[in-house]
Amino acid sequence: MEKLIEQFSVGLFFWQTILFLVLVFILKKYAWKPILDSVSEREDTIRESLESAEKAKKDLTELQSKNESLIIEAKIERDALLKEAREIKDKIVSDAKGEAKEEADKIVQAAHAAIEAQKAGAIAEMKSEMASLSISIAEKIIRKELSSDEQQKSLANELVADLKLN
Amino acid sequence: MSTKKNIYFCTKFRIVNRQVIMQFTRALFFLAVLVLIQPVFLTASGHAEHASDSTESTQVANQEPAQEGMSMKQEIKAHIQHHLQDGHDFHLYTDTETNTHVGFPLLVILLDDGIQVFSSSRFHHGESVAESNGNFYALHHGKVYKTDAAGTFEMHDGHVHNEKPLDFSITKNVFSIMAFALILILLFTGAARSYKKSLVPSGSARFLEPLIIFVRDEIAIPNIGEKHYKRFMSYLLTVFFFIWLVNLFGLTPLGINVTNSISVTFALAVMTFVITQFSGKKEYWKHIFWMPGVPVPMKILLAPIELLGVFIKPFALLIRLYANITAGHIVLMSLIGLMFIFHSWIGSTLSFGLSVFISFIELLVAALQAYIFTMLTALYFGSAVAEHEDH
Repeated sequence: MEKLIEQFSVGLFFWQTILFLVLVFILKKYAWKPILDSVSEREDTIRESLESAEKAKKDLTELQSKNESLIIEAKIERDALLKEAREIKDKIVSDAKGEAKEEADKIVQAAHAAIEAQKAGAIAEMKSEMASLSISIAEKIIRKELSSDEQQKSLANELVADLKLN
Repeated sequence: MSTKKNIYFCTKFRIVNRQVIMQFTRALFFLAVLVLIQPVFLTASGHAEHASDSTESTQVANQEPAQEGMSMKQEIKAHIQHHLQDGHDFHLYTDTETNTHVGFPLLVILLDDGIQVFSSSRFHHGESVAESNGNFYALHHGKVYKTDAAGTFEMHDGHVHNEKPLDFSITKNVFSIMAFALILILLFTGAARSYKKSLVPSGSARFLEPLIIFVRDEIAIPNIGEKHYKRFMSYLLTVFFFIWLVNLFGLTPLGINVTNSISVTFALAVMTFVITQFSGKKEYWKHIFWMPGVPVPMKILLAPIELLGVFIKPFALLIRLYANITAGHIVLMSLIGLMFIFHSWIGSTLSFGLSVFISFIELLVAALQAYIFTMLTALYFGSAVAEHEDH
């Protein structure tokens, strides 16, 4: 212990303290601060880029799943559109068919009416023709059989009435 | 895009790591070579040292009996003593044949009758009395004493009783500390500059950055905590690299021993002590004077013990560093000395091998002591700023 105290030098203690404090302050300003700052800055950069990479990866998978759902949706929509188109086509075809049938029916009806009218005309004409023809026939017959006009006329009326009943 | 950048970062770091390891191995190899040379180097100067020591004792310490023909053991002991001591000139070795000293003088600054400033060359390596403004000074065992013009020492029981002026000289250790400070500043500001170009370290920063991160992640954060550690980083990093560098240079044949001066370790411990007390929070003082969670009589009993602990902690810090490095140097120097005592090729070879082995251990101790000092300093800081402790 005595030897230790004897070895102690105030001058060396003084210089060591002064020099060391100066060293600490110079190194703090020009070395430790810039080095430690750069190191922590780099560590931050690495951490951030790792995180952003992770995030990008997550985004990508999210995007992929989104794409898939979009494709599925599009498929569903396309199917629905196709179905609708088919329905519309069917409707148009059936509508056209119905209209055509109606028109045809109308034409047939008109034809029927025309035929009916012509038939009635022909029958009436035929009736009057037959009447005059039968009168002429009857006149010729009766002329021979009937002498008087009165007998002849009543016979003719009788015949005409019979004809109407037919 | 960002993922790609990451991969780039990762591979780049792997490459950098490999390069760091290679550089580190190269540095280790260089140190190993230095250490290997040391015994050879020191043996050369070992013989030389003895001559100058003996001349000193005959010429200056004229009241001491002349020790002509010192035995080999005494010679080695004196050499080790000399090696462990601080000096007033930067002495590398002495040539016995021509009695010339290789080295350079340093500035002597004494607080005695005002300030006396003169070059240590006036002492002529302790062989003559230096005169400054009518005052006379002489060296005895590396210390400056005030003497008369003839350089007489008043000796009682082997102790010099001359007046000792306050010595603020730029001694060998002070000069070394200045040199180390300069080396550290150049090294780390150079490393800091490389970060301006890019965040990826280049040059010396590649080697230094893992060490800085080690101090931050393994020493500062676990002991001080994430919240407060930033304030102490400058001190911790400086202490760590200063002690390590100084310890490593102590192992080179330059013979610089800074951390085995008690004054240096004392100064470091005082700084740790002062910073600890000044950053001490309410909890810290409460744990010293009024320990929570124990009965009142125990609180009273614990207070003086805890208060004593406040001073013992930095004291242990300074003694540990001083004793470890000094012991290492003594063991190493003794083993080198054994080579000359054995005087046989088996014994000398054996102690040579042993000294190389111890040198490698000392390399480890150099880093270990820097680590322990920094680690304990961080621990004390941590206890000072702790906000609540778990019991």
